[in-house]
Amino acid sequence: MFKVTIDNKSIEVEPGTTILQAARMIGGDVVPPAMCYHSELKDSGGKCRTCMVKVAQGSVADPRPMPKLVASCRTEVMDGMVVQNITSPEVVDARKAVVEFLLLNHPLDCPVCDQAGECDLQNLSYEHGTNTSRFEEEKRTYEKIDIGNLIQFHPNRCILCYRCVYAANQLTDNRVHGILYRGEKSEISTFIHQAIENDFSGNMIDVCPVGALTDKTFRFKNRVWFLKPMDAHRECTKCSGKATLWYRGEEVYRVTGRKDKYGEVHDFICNECRFEKKNSSDWVIEGPRKIESYSVINQNHYKNVVIPSVINPIKETME
Amino acid sequence: MNQDQKKISLTNRSKVVSNKKMTLMERFYLPAIFKGMSITASHFFKREVTIQYPEVKRPFSDIYRGLHVLKLDDEGRERCTACGLCALACPAESITMIAAERKEDERNLYREEKYASMYEINMLRCIFCGDCESACPKEAIFLTNRTVPSEYERADFIYGKDVLVEKKDSRIDVSKRQTPEVLAFKQDKSKSHNN
Repeated sequence: MFKVTIDNKSIEVEPGTTILQAARMIGGDVVPPAMCYHSELKDSGGKCRTCMVKVAQGSVADPRPMPKLVASCRTEVMDGMVVQNITSPEVVDARKAVVEFLLLNHPLDCPVCDQAGECDLQNLSYEHGTNTSRFEEEKRTYEKIDIGNLIQFHPNRCILCYRCVYAANQLTDNRVHGILYRGEKSEISTFIHQAIENDFSGNMIDVCPVGALTDKTFRFKNRVWFLKPMDAHRECTKCSGKATLWYRGEEVYRVTGRKDKYGEVHDFICNECRFEKKNSSDWVIEGPRKIESYSVINQNHYKNVVIPSVINPIKETME
Repeated sequence: MNQDQKKISLTNRSKVVSNKKMTLMERFYLPAIFKGMSITASHFFKREVTIQYPEVKRPFSDIYRGLHVLKLDDEGRERCTACGLCALACPAESITMIAAERKEDERNLYREEKYASMYEINMLRCIFCGDCESACPKEAIFLTNRTVPSEYERADFIYGKDVLVEKKDSRIDVSKRQTPEVLAFKQDKSKSHNN
């Protein structure tokens, strides 16, 4: 077991664990944000650079600090490693710069975007970015693309995290989209506007950290913070059948996978569950989905109401 | 008992009622009547405190929070994108909306690809706090110095887009609601959220 210290908090982890995974084991403020890393997708990470941390001491054997900030999702821990995340001003500064770069070409059309309210980039820029931009040039723009009749792709919003490419590679047997061109010109695309049609293509929507890949059947239907998420499951031959239903009143507006507090889905669901089963009767409801308290989805929802016993003090004696 | 009452008195103005006999002057009544009438008569010569509404109307502050308006932009397109932030901010939950996607031939009607096909404010629920105005990221909704008129039916107080959206030929000036600081903030391109 390797002992690693992150922001003065120590934990013992298996060799081969990355700094990000170790930080998530500790939890709380020491967890670096991540846009491109997805724990269920192999080889993901290392693209967005938001999870950069400072390694103040390499290991017990070689206590020299690492010369540059490292991507914590791709760096494995060593025994006796000392890592600084939010305690290092250098890291906070670098992260601010990364957010600025991610937002260079991002259209900031959150009032229009369906992802607003559950968007990782929105959370990231609120928490780590500045509220001004120094970018004066024209933003790079593309037309939106329909990938089949269920998914819509907005290249303007894409931050090129590659998550959807890995999801298609690892969940389905036939990937038909990828990154075309290089550098600043690179874009996610199918080759000559092909439709992506396989049973798990809908998971591209869930793994996308921004609003680039959105559910076309939910497009402009409602804002996520007006919906009530409920955990539900059903018997499905293709997938785990564990999903979250988003209700408004009695109506199911959309079905998604269950995102954890890092915005990652662990039980991927098939397109039949996601797009075709939008009746309460198709599902077994488990109960309300727990959403992190800082999320706008919790706004105006009353939770944890404890009825004080003094309302009717003699009730027990009456019974 | 008297002392107890004084102890709990908050204003020190409480008086103990007495049943003493009236004097001759008091029993005569007329002096008291003339005293009262003189106060009444003196008001004939003082400035009126009431006004003849609706012929005369009191001036409203430029930043009075009254009936809402949904602004059009300079080219006459609707600014509202139905983002739902006003409805989220509304403490009285008086705002509802349904969003729709702009069609290709509607580019001169709506500024962005999403717009509100239905936008309703329930004026009976609204408390005119102005939170919707502060929440709006598109400068679409403003409160104005107009008031909500009275109606006979409750349903008539639910205002739709036909009332709320300003008319192209009779624009409503909200520039007074925007202080120099607000305007400076809007002119700063680096802080612009409208690309």
